[in-house]
Amino acid sequence: MISYLARRILWIIPVLFAVSIITFFLMHAVPGGPWDAEKRLPANVQARLNAQYGLDKPLYEQYIQWAGGFVTGDLGPSYRSRDRRVNDIIGDGIAVTFQLGIMAFALSVVVGIPLGIFAALGHNRWPDYLSTSISIIGIATPSFVLAILLIVVFSIGLGWFPTGGWKGPQYWVLPTVALAGFPIAVIARYTRASMLEVTRKDYIRTAQSKGIGGRAVVSRHMIRNALIPVVTILGPIFAFLVTGSFIIETFFGIPGVGRYYVQGIAGRDYGVIMAMTVIFALAVAVLNVVVDVLYAYIDPRIRYS
Amino acid sequence: MATNQQVVGRVGVAPRQSSGVWRDAFGRLRKNRLALLGLFGILFLAFIGIFGPMITPWPYYAQDTAAVTANGFKPIPPFTSAAHILGTDQLGQDMLSRLLDCARISLTVAIVVQFVVIGIGVPIGAIAGWYSGSRIDNGLMRFTDVMYAFPDLLLIILFSVAFRETAFGQALNGLLLVFVAIGLVSWVTVARLVRGQFLSLKETEFVEAAQAIGVSDRNIIMKHLLPNGISPIIVAITLGIPAAILAEAALAYIGVGVQPPRASWGSLIAAGQPFIRSYPHLTYMPGILIALALISFTFLGDGLRDALDPKLKGKQ
Repeated sequence: MISYLARRILWIIPVLFAVSIITFFLMHAVPGGPWDAEKRLPANVQARLNAQYGLDKPLYEQYIQWAGGFVTGDLGPSYRSRDRRVNDIIGDGIAVTFQLGIMAFALSVVVGIPLGIFAALGHNRWPDYLSTSISIIGIATPSFVLAILLIVVFSIGLGWFPTGGWKGPQYWVLPTVALAGFPIAVIARYTRASMLEVTRKDYIRTAQSKGIGGRAVVSRHMIRNALIPVVTILGPIFAFLVTGSFIIETFFGIPGVGRYYVQGIAGRDYGVIMAMTVIFALAVAVLNVVVDVLYAYIDPRIRYS
Repeated sequence: MATNQQVVGRVGVAPRQSSGVWRDAFGRLRKNRLALLGLFGILFLAFIGIFGPMITPWPYYAQDTAAVTANGFKPIPPFTSAAHILGTDQLGQDMLSRLLDCARISLTVAIVVQFVVIGIGVPIGAIAGWYSGSRIDNGLMRFTDVMYAFPDLLLIILFSVAFRETAFGQALNGLLLVFVAIGLVSWVTVARLVRGQFLSLKETEFVEAAQAIGVSDRNIIMKHLLPNGISPIIVAITLGIPAAILAEAALAYIGVGVQPPRASWGSLIAAGQPFIRSYPHLTYMPGILIALALISFTFLGDGLRDALDPKLKGKQ
């Protein structure tokens, strides 16, 4: 287990290296640079800026410089907001992005799992149909379409929540729900399928034949076993929430890092793009390891070697 | 299904008269009401996508300035004007015509992306699976691991913006770039699937038999392994279509997808969003069509999976 874990963690390093190299060269393959703003700067000014930021050096040197900075926790300058470092920009937004992501993650687990259990316990009766309909709608509705529906109903129609901004708990509700819609549906589908699978197992029949009542079998035998495979999809769900937050942040005007990424790409703000791609890849990679370890921990049948 | 039967026929596994693999699968699919519903949804969208733009009264880019001026430069709400049944946006562009043209764009993207996915994912998975354990396999699988670690949408956005101003990025109003960008991040699942199929099929007796009578590797791969491992690939491709529609809509929504005057459902939503309070029709109509497309393809994909592999029923 320890050596497995060590290998998995070590493997993150070459992955991040590859991700950063691909991003770096893709980014620099783009014609134009960070100084091509609305007002085009004169050539000599551009050359001086390039020299000042080291953009006149060969690409591999720039990469080494960036990687050295990254390892020591310095993400470099922002080329668009010239008085700020990338560390500041990300520091400003990342808390909001994580807050949104964690709230959406919690909501999808808290709603999705019971919804799937509810469906499986009422298999082929109304709870099943109700829950399946909800998950179909969730899977088929992109977050920004769900966001539109929520705004039309709850902001414009009922006036309960604001249409955008991030100034207090009442601003958090709609973005969280919009982001969680898809993961809720996926988790509910997985939980339902897994519960139905478990229901047919011999140990459930044994438990029932021993005279253990309905509720005890459900809570102690079925749900516990059924949730094991559900854990495996939590990694991909987290990755979805990370990238999905871009769209929702743009839609609701939330001051997270997602907005800066889109602006950063458009403005060739190399530092912001690199830092965010690598940080998000790192977050997803670490979470995948955590999920796999968790999987082995809750299911003693699984042994990694 | 007819073409699939040909594939099976060609490798000499002639389907029994009453119950070939594909015939069985089709029978199961026909009994699945949700899958049929999905199929009808897809046929409907394909119909409006192919023939819609031909029969609409306005081209998608036409601006009926007279009508909008008469309306005080505001969007015309739906069902109020005979000339614009579904209303117009603030530029006087007919919503019905635009929605239909967008259906064409979105479906084209979704389907072309699948060809890119097949073109990259199947060969990589096949080579890795056939030469499993070798250096090639290791290299290819590590490469897929890296691609898997990339947050998809980030790479799609980065790629789209990186090449937007090149000739390649401008081709077909930016559509070519959208195909490639989404395709390049979507092939990983198919490659892993094909590799897994090959790993298990390689050990079967019929492959051993084919090797014993001296069939070349190439022919074993093309005529024995691929046809036998094709059903999960078909399912993955069908379920890849809604994922591509979603990715395309997200790209268009943040403004890096298909370029104006062409639009897609995602860009219509982005364009209509500022008017969401007074003219919600500009956003909810494309939203409904996106949802319809996603539901239809998801239903059909789920149905195909249940039909092609009854053992997996209900999983995933």
